[in-house]
Amino acid sequence: MGEQLPFTMEQFYKYISQGKLMGGKCKKCGKVHLPPRPLCDNCLSKEFEWTEILEKGKLLTYTIIHVAPPQFREMVPYAVGIVQLENGLKIPGMIINVEHEKIKIGMELTLQFDTSTVQSQWPQWPRYHFKPV
Amino acid sequence: MKGKPLVSIVSAGLSKFGKLEGMYVREIFAEAVKEAFNRCPNLDPKKDIKALFVGHMGESYEHQGHTGATVADWAGLLHIPATRTETACASSGAALRAGIFAVLSGLCDVVMVGGVEKMTHRTTPEVTEFLAMASDFPFEQWHGITFPGLYALMATAHMHKYGTTEEQLAMVAVKNHHNGFLNPKAHMQREVTLEKALSSRVIAWPLKLYDCSLITDGASCLIITKPEIAKKYTDTPIHIIGSGQASDSIGIYERESLTSLIAAKIAAKQAYEMADVKIEDIDIAEVHDCFTIAEIIAYEDLGFCTLGEGGHLMESGETQLEGRLPVNTSGGLKSKGHPVGATGTAQAYEIYLQLTEQADKRQVKDLKTGLAHNVGGSGATATVHIFRRE
Repeated sequence: MGEQLPFTMEQFYKYISQGKLMGGKCKKCGKVHLPPRPLCDNCLSKEFEWTEILEKGKLLTYTIIHVAPPQFREMVPYAVGIVQLENGLKIPGMIINVEHEKIKIGMELTLQFDTSTVQSQWPQWPRYHFKPV
Repeated sequence: MKGKPLVSIVSAGLSKFGKLEGMYVREIFAEAVKEAFNRCPNLDPKKDIKALFVGHMGESYEHQGHTGATVADWAGLLHIPATRTETACASSGAALRAGIFAVLSGLCDVVMVGGVEKMTHRTTPEVTEFLAMASDFPFEQWHGITFPGLYALMATAHMHKYGTTEEQLAMVAVKNHHNGFLNPKAHMQREVTLEKALSSRVIAWPLKLYDCSLITDGASCLIITKPEIAKKYTDTPIHIIGSGQASDSIGIYERESLTSLIAAKIAAKQAYEMADVKIEDIDIAEVHDCFTIAEIIAYEDLGFCTLGEGGHLMESGETQLEGRLPVNTSGGLKSKGHPVGATGTAQAYEIYLQLTEQADKRQVKDLKTGLAHNVGGSGATATVHIFRRE
């Protein structure tokens, strides 16, 4: 499925807008890249295939942002963290639907896709968030 | 060349750090240059200086790029090759490396390296946005992670893994403010109590206002030469005997560790090996305390203590001005200030002052070997330099 699509951030976010978390799997060494890359950082292969990644993971670390740049200022305070997914993959994102005092390292989180239209001129990317399982 | 001087610093200059209202980047850089020229009467700048490398991170602040040529002209060095280096907050650490390469190549006997940034005329949200450009856009900035937020993620992980406390973080601020209080060029020359630091407003939990370095204007420069000719210019050259630089993934989420900066570890290993010194030989250090947690992680990455012991090392008092290994005698980025492009060579300037016994009230006695640790962004670049007096 979709092998011909470019292994770019742009395509990664197109998949997010379709409700899919997709990584680029190296056909030579098997390493999965999230986000995808044009060159495998392990074996320098240029051959990849798209692979769907399980949307569940564990919280590795987090912070509560109180001072934010203009585009996020209305949301403060908000929580962001880095989540460990399968295969040792890690991605950052906002953590929603939970009281900040209840956020704990190691808690299980799952992805929620925010496919609402993005207003910014560039990039036209959707966002995803993490929420408790 | 193990343990041998790579280059020698024959002069150095630093502008006042702070809110330099009404001054432009090129004018601030000229302030640092004036001091460097004054210190070195045997130097004929127009004749002797063969190249300039200047660290500068953000053209957004003044709508002014092309910094190399601009500051060279204002330094009275029109027509010399002048190049800007940009590695975020390590921009002038990288300028120093570029200068070392230029001298070691044999092409240039005398080189000026330095850095500059003008930030305080912008609003805090604007500065926050400009600084964030040194982090990953598609995953970090896009999901609302600010620059303090990145170091907060490291702090939370460090606290969880090693039991580091918010008090230990605040102690870094108290120590560096004490040192900065003694530095007439520091931005914020005042003491801070532990209580005040701990009760300051939250920026990105667990980091509070007093865990963050300052938004500052300033410039720094060094004049470096081939070691063989250094005595022509000064009786007290300071030799650079080790230099390391490394990079890492731009996104901290891609890195193997959230509690250590691998680039800094690699750069430190390169510098120690080149200098042929042991960690115990380091008498004084300037480390990149952009946030208090960064100083604690720096202790570990540089081998001043084992992994996870950074908080305890802070608590032990050994890194205070009168301790076994004083760290950030200048006040660090926390109190002296952090004009990002200027920081790397400003750290080298402090080591130069200390090793030549010109640090006045904050002078540390019996120094031989110093170290400077400069980090770009959240750790995707690091440079480490080791300095020795004769």
